[in-house]
Amino acid sequence: MKIGKQTFKIECKPCIYSTSSIVGPKEMQGPLANYFDLHIKDVFFDEKTFEKSESKMLESCINNLLVKSGITEHDVDVIFSGDLLNQCISSGFAIRAFDTPFLGLYGACSTFCEGLLLSSLLLESNCANQIVAAASSHFCSAERQFRMPLEHGNQKSPTAQATVTASGAALVTRREIADNGIHITHVTPGKIIDLGVTDMSNMGAAMAPAVFSTVSNHLNDTGRDINYYDAIITGDLGLHGTDMLIQLFKNEGIDISKKHKDCGILIYDEKKQDVNCGGSGCGCVASVFSSYFFNELKAKNLNKILLVATGALMSPLSSSQGESIPGIAHAIAIENEV
Amino acid sequence: MDIFLEYGKVFLTGGIICTIGQILIDKTKITPARILTLFVTLGVVLGFLGIYEPIYNFGQCGASVPISGFGYSLYKGTVKAIAEQGFIGIFTGGVSATAGGIAAAVVFGFLASLFAKPTIK
Repeated sequence: MKIGKQTFKIECKPCIYSTSSIVGPKEMQGPLANYFDLHIKDVFFDEKTFEKSESKMLESCINNLLVKSGITEHDVDVIFSGDLLNQCISSGFAIRAFDTPFLGLYGACSTFCEGLLLSSLLLESNCANQIVAAASSHFCSAERQFRMPLEHGNQKSPTAQATVTASGAALVTRREIADNGIHITHVTPGKIIDLGVTDMSNMGAAMAPAVFSTVSNHLNDTGRDINYYDAIITGDLGLHGTDMLIQLFKNEGIDISKKHKDCGILIYDEKKQDVNCGGSGCGCVASVFSSYFFNELKAKNLNKILLVATGALMSPLSSSQGESIPGIAHAIAIENEV
Repeated sequence: MDIFLEYGKVFLTGGIICTIGQILIDKTKITPARILTLFVTLGVVLGFLGIYEPIYNFGQCGASVPISGFGYSLYKGTVKAIAEQGFIGIFTGGVSATAGGIAAAVVFGFLASLFAKPTIK
């Protein structure tokens, strides 16, 4: 049911039954290493190309999810998945391995939340019982896609973020099928906000206003206060984008700094790892939610969170033509049944 | 001692040029591709203004190996070809003078790709 301007209340309260994550070697050196299910030792993952490596990562991630959930591919009604490569090839090639209907998504780094959001709505419509939402990214394939092939040895600017090598997947079920008490209660699809940032190496600045818009509207629509949530978790604003977001809320007289967490900042050790402003990519929020935050929800250390995945919807072509970066953020309210 | 002095001059010249590039990456929003183009064009312009030649005479390889040295070679080759062939030299001179560098880049790039695999830092 739509409430307010932009939010859907999910009356059936679907359950995020289980999650799965796989990360690359650099992410395993980061502070969240103990939370991930699987990791690859080498960025090639025994494949010939980075693109094949990414597909294999996503396939392994979904396989692991099915095993953890104790179900088979035939029990899943549809898989929503997306990535950063042209024509979403990582997802298309990975899900070739499953005898399950597939719907490809592109929301840049917001893809994982877009998948969760659509899963919730599909379950709300009574059309499906169990849905997988997944997303992946790979540093080496994303460099080729958005910047220069790795062989070029490009220098990064200090505001740039490093694409995370990771996949994450979640199984969303009707409560009647399987329930662990972790429910999606509201979803707020984001509007495109474009304030004219054209710098592709400063995507945090392009996305922070989108988070501000989505979170503000979510709170207005639901009549909730920022204190209702234990944490407001953004996808990959990075250090620079986080500063901007805190400032944007401060202008409205709201202090978000104590509630706010950013997956892009959490996944790496900013001081020890050379990642400039933090991590980014579809796999960033997907893997960090599927590991660390899902764990915190299960342990009831967090009971009410607002997961806000952020996306920068530009392409290398639009950027070289001087276009600005359209930012987007989708919010999902996830609450523990208390 | 002379050899150390010579190496020192080369290192200083090349180092200053690279430092300018690093500052542009860190402090401005200019993309690496544009910095590259800027350096090549600057090499041409500074060559024309007679500024790059004394830099080259002082720093030798320190001035010719960075990409601005490529621009300087384009300029010098074009001037030389115009003197020898006239108008048509505008088109042939630059690339002829830098042909060695371009072909070497392709050949060594290919050879390196046979032995090396890219990876993350």
